[in-house]
Amino acid sequence: MKILERLLEGMFKMSSAITSIVILLIIIFLFKEGFGLFRSPVVEKGYGLYINSKNPVTDLNPTQIKQIFDGEIENWNEIGGKDESIYLLRFDEIFSIYSDEELGENYQFLPQKLNNIISENSNIIAFFPKKFMPEISSPTKEIANKNIGIPDFIYGKEWLPTTTPSPLFGIIPLVLGTLLVSFLAILIALPFGLGVAIYLSEIANNKVRGMIRPAIELLAGIPSVVYGFFGLVIIVPIVQKMGNISAGETAFTGSLILAIMALPTIISISEDALRNTPLALRESSYALGATQWQTIYKVVIPFASSGISAAIILGIGRAIGETMAVLMVTGNGAVIPHSIFESVRTIPATIAAELGEAPMGGTHYQALFLLGCVLFLFTLVLSIISEIISNKQTSKSA
Amino acid sequence: MMIEAKNINFYYGNFHALKGINIAIPANTVTALIGPSGCGKSTFLRLFNRMNDTIENAKLTGECLVNGQNIYDKTVQVDALRKNVGMVFQKPNPFPKSIYENVAYGLKVNGVSDKKYIAERVEQSLVAAALWDEVKDKLHQSAFALSGGQQQRLCIARALAISPSVLLMDEPASALDPISTSKIEELIHGLKEKYTIVIVTHNMQQAARVSDKTGFFMYGELIEYSDTKKMFLNPENIQTQNYITGRFG
Amino acid sequence: MFSKNIQQKIAFHIFRLLSFSILGVLVWILGFIIYNGIQVINWEFITAFPKEGMTEGGIFPAIIGTIYLVIGSMMFAVPLGIMSAIYISEYASNQKWVKFIRIMTNNLASIPSIVFGLFGMALFVHTFGFGDSILAGSLTLGILIIPLVIRTTEEALKAVPESYRLGSIALGATKFQTIKNVVFPIAFPNIMTGIILSVGRVSGETAPILFTVAAYFLPKLPQSIFDQAMALPYHLYVIATSGTDIEASKPIAYGTAFVLISIVLIINLLAGWIRRYFEKQNPK
Repeated sequence: MKILERLLEGMFKMSSAITSIVILLIIIFLFKEGFGLFRSPVVEKGYGLYINSKNPVTDLNPTQIKQIFDGEIENWNEIGGKDESIYLLRFDEIFSIYSDEELGENYQFLPQKLNNIISENSNIIAFFPKKFMPEISSPTKEIANKNIGIPDFIYGKEWLPTTTPSPLFGIIPLVLGTLLVSFLAILIALPFGLGVAIYLSEIANNKVRGMIRPAIELLAGIPSVVYGFFGLVIIVPIVQKMGNISAGETAFTGSLILAIMALPTIISISEDALRNTPLALRESSYALGATQWQTIYKVVIPFASSGISAAIILGIGRAIGETMAVLMVTGNGAVIPHSIFESVRTIPATIAAELGEAPMGGTHYQALFLLGCVLFLFTLVLSIISEIISNKQTSKSA
Repeated sequence: MMIEAKNINFYYGNFHALKGINIAIPANTVTALIGPSGCGKSTFLRLFNRMNDTIENAKLTGECLVNGQNIYDKTVQVDALRKNVGMVFQKPNPFPKSIYENVAYGLKVNGVSDKKYIAERVEQSLVAAALWDEVKDKLHQSAFALSGGQQQRLCIARALAISPSVLLMDEPASALDPISTSKIEELIHGLKEKYTIVIVTHNMQQAARVSDKTGFFMYGELIEYSDTKKMFLNPENIQTQNYITGRFG
Repeated sequence: MFSKNIQQKIAFHIFRLLSFSILGVLVWILGFIIYNGIQVINWEFITAFPKEGMTEGGIFPAIIGTIYLVIGSMMFAVPLGIMSAIYISEYASNQKWVKFIRIMTNNLASIPSIVFGLFGMALFVHTFGFGDSILAGSLTLGILIIPLVIRTTEEALKAVPESYRLGSIALGATKFQTIKNVVFPIAFPNIMTGIILSVGRVSGETAPILFTVAAYFLPKLPQSIFDQAMALPYHLYVIATSGTDIEASKPIAYGTAFVLISIVLIINLLAGWIRRYFEKQNPK
């Protein structure tokens, strides 16, 4: 009997650790995959960038490589080389220079031809599979293929995960998109939510309260994909017409939907905070001749301020992490937004939209996991802050 | 008469909380209301600045007069009434603001914006509440930094700042230590020159020490109301005598 | 400047207006989906497979998939969540440990659902080798829902008056007997309410199943827990955004949204009903 009880207690205790274990596992797996990105080379695996050994340039960062391949950088002097225009040779172009016979049946002459071209053109940059460059010696040299760096990720202004030869994983447009949509949503939801919370906790009678509370619970229960669908079919055309823009899928649209979704969180937490204001404080304010409204904004709201801030922070956390609704209504343009009536792409929407197509273990896959880590850290920090704030509130009420 | 109650009946739903109360309290006196828990003395006190208005299902009949006017008359503005009838509560309950802001609060919510005047009133009120010397160097610190007794005197100062003529006190010292209590009692003594004070108390010694007149409540009725000295030395009613001598309650 | 009484009137009117517009928003969303959805709903829609590139036919496999996922995730989350809550509320004597668990539970609850999707993919689909499957999806959803189960169970247990426990222990019952025979039965209705709310949450989640189980289209129902499955929320997502013919499949989208919304409504009503029913049974 005694042993059985002990056994059960042990089992309960072990189960109680489940959430901690899950968090630990999430950290391990997310970060393991995510940080793999920084052990991957800038240029696609199995490929190299080759230049003439007289060329003083030794390394290029991912953005420079992308600009060379896009024709945005046309002269070596823009990237620390001599003043000569860049001659870009892609792998497939070799076949228009040499005939199949010249290259050999198994392309056995290809490396030699490649060396010839490189030695003849001091301004060349050639993008080739490594297997055709078995040994690298004068007149050829390889651009140092470093690993993708943390700064490329954190300070990168472009998210182009599938460009060759070197994809760009700059998180800035995604972070800005996420913050823009979330903060705008809270900006819309806050006055609204606070007003409702005040009404419910201070003004409404029980009958009205009994009507509005369940409505708020229902709003909280509607799945985010339904919000996304509603936004797509109803809000998007409205925004398009009102903003007189070509596409209604904008940051603003996403914020509107997120605002509705954040309302239940904001309302219920701030209502609790307002309700926690001791009756004695309210009564002494009335006793001094203050009206109910004066009491609310001069005594009740200041007293509940930390609870209200906790609600705001939690609301922001929800908004930052929301995936489906945002994915469906913001248009998902991965560029730095300049106005709220432009398409944006948030971090969660990026993961949801791209992970299906990213080959497992590749840099794109790793980069998406890294985005997951960023998201995880964002929300963890916000959750801890709100916890600290609301603890302060409880100790004040006690 | 400063305060008069004429045939007051008060109900919480079906519960008859006050039964036919008649009382007349003269100006510039301290009146103590005593009686066992739940006898209606606090309910009665709260009627005089209409603190019971917010209670649902409550019903009042009879007349409550302050300075000759029925305060439940439709023409009476409740906030104006409360400005005239101040109240101090059982537990010290300063607002989460600075000491200065606490005292200035009543003036500000009543539309006073003259900073110089507010500063003057804050000082006068703190002086009157015998707190000025203790807090004058830290007016802008949080009111929570004060001790319980100081907080209660701050609440008294807060009530005084809007210059009421009546001060209602609902067991103002019950949450305080003996030293703070005696300071509050001293203060009450000094305040009666300017104000009419009604104090609800559990503590009969306190009633005897601070009041001029005493009313004894039981089961929602005012059993006896007379000069404090007479009440404690020679009560007319047997129930009063039993209560005072500690037979019940 | 207005007098303070007029200020109060204006402010209160604004708040009332805001509060009733919440009702308006709810009616708008529900009305839009119910009005458009009810025209599509019929017996065939519920019981037939999708046809013609999902522009016709029904959503039967998505309904079945969602049911499997709900059952699977609950089988995982409910026992673990309840045991965890029992430990926290009845056994734990080390307050630091309790506090730590509570913080971890809150943190887990605040993690975005897409992160659970990533995690489920890395751990269950790849590391454990379950592949895209009902098992992987159920485990991912189960983990997502555990904090909610723990929190509601803990609250339910806390609401049981201490006097019951003391009374039972005074009669010589052991701690586990007390929990099993006294505390748990009293707390059961509230625990049930929590579980029902979790079912609602699980049946609407999309992001965690994107990469762990959800299939765009399957010609037959899943045969084992290692098969992929279709699911209602994912189905709505794909036909609303990336179907073969988005305009033509709109009615199907309305119908799917209607079914999802109905689940939410039923679950909310059911939870409220259970709460009220048992409150009447044993008034405190």
